[in-house]
Amino acid sequence: MVQPLPTRLQETPSQTAGPYVHIGLIPHQAGFDIFETNFTNVLSQPDTKGERIRIEGRVFDGAGVPVRDVLVEIWQANAAGRYNHPADRQEGKPLDESFRGWGRTGSNFETGVWHFETIKPGPVEGRKGHRPMAPHINLWIAARGINIGLQTRLYFADEAEANADDPVLNLVERGQQRDSLLAKREERDGQIIYVFDIYLQGPNETVFFDV
Amino acid sequence: MTTTDREFLQRDRSIHPPAFTPDYKTSVLRSPRRAMLSLQSSLSEVTGPTFGHSELGPLDNDLILNYAREGEPIGERIFVHGHVRDENGRGVPNTLVEFWQANAGGRYRHRNDRYLAPIDPNFGGCGRTITDENGFYYFRTIKPGPYPWRNFLNSWRPAHIHFSVFGTGFSQRLITQMYFEGDPLIWRDPMVLGIPDRSAAERLIAPLDLGAAVPLDMLAYKFDIVLRGRQQTMFENKLQGN
Repeated sequence: MVQPLPTRLQETPSQTAGPYVHIGLIPHQAGFDIFETNFTNVLSQPDTKGERIRIEGRVFDGAGVPVRDVLVEIWQANAAGRYNHPADRQEGKPLDESFRGWGRTGSNFETGVWHFETIKPGPVEGRKGHRPMAPHINLWIAARGINIGLQTRLYFADEAEANADDPVLNLVERGQQRDSLLAKREERDGQIIYVFDIYLQGPNETVFFDV
Repeated sequence: MTTTDREFLQRDRSIHPPAFTPDYKTSVLRSPRRAMLSLQSSLSEVTGPTFGHSELGPLDNDLILNYAREGEPIGERIFVHGHVRDENGRGVPNTLVEFWQANAGGRYRHRNDRYLAPIDPNFGGCGRTITDENGFYYFRTIKPGPYPWRNFLNSWRPAHIHFSVFGTGFSQRLITQMYFEGDPLIWRDPMVLGIPDRSAAERLIAPLDLGAAVPLDMLAYKFDIVLRGRQQTMFENKLQGN
């Protein structure tokens, strides 16, 4: 016999967010207003430092059809590469009080397009002993038919040099879709847009992380 | 100094529904087929958004009053309460908990819900709160009704309340559903049955809690939520005490 380990609790099982996730998380999109302040897809405030960008995309199912009831949340560092969270104690990187670094949105019910107005994040230090991570945005998606929220990362295709050194991108083996994590830069009416489409299933399947 | 910078324990996927659960038909085309890439925690995973009390309104956790127009909603008045803890048993303080549900007749206030049961003019169906210093949360609401859905010809969801929880790191992000003790629809539901481990699924069923009921006013249900835990000690470079 051995000594027993202290009992750990088990995580609460996930369940799908369902088709009406908007009621709880984006009530205006469900068709009504109830809260005085709402969480939105606009992360950048007027005094936020950094390059203004729009990120947008669609989520496709295994038949290539856009998922029109998806919830997307993002979490990212500020322009200096620092997260607005007490565990981020990187030296020499200022906190930007006007930037929470988190936002949520729902895809359009007709087109399936989702988007965020934000700033391009700076590089964040890697795990101990690893190189810095290339600028990236963490995404979490939930929807009807998705039993447990899916995590992925958006990297910027025009950061080729930093991407080549990124410790996470370098974990993606050949045959997996490294390019599925790269958002492509466009300019539309003077606005910088990064397009990031997500494929849930099939030959172009996006890399999802068990984090 | 703090435990919020420690790496997360590997998620035990055996207690979660897998992505592909064909009896829940929508999962068939919305489930990834390749293996996920396991990632050790960096700052991107151990950090996550924080929320303040000033962002919430005084009635945000009272679904009986937060959409009341000309009276109170119809239905079974209930009090729902519980703790948010991590796998190590620690309460998760100051974290955002959001919830949404159908009304007493099983109708959602959502532009895409066309079920023939009527909307309740005094019921919105959503709320939110922030846990206290021990991880405790509570809200008042109306018990939701079961709801038919197009899966099999005669599929009915058990009465349920959807929950969304954050924790202290983005890797703890969780959406789930709470069910009610004794509901005969629970073990006929493909979402519940998608959880491979029956004892794990049972942890989504909130027991009736008469001790927390308010006499002559409302019944109560207790629903505790467990988020992923972090490693107890740091293996890399530095050791930290609690």
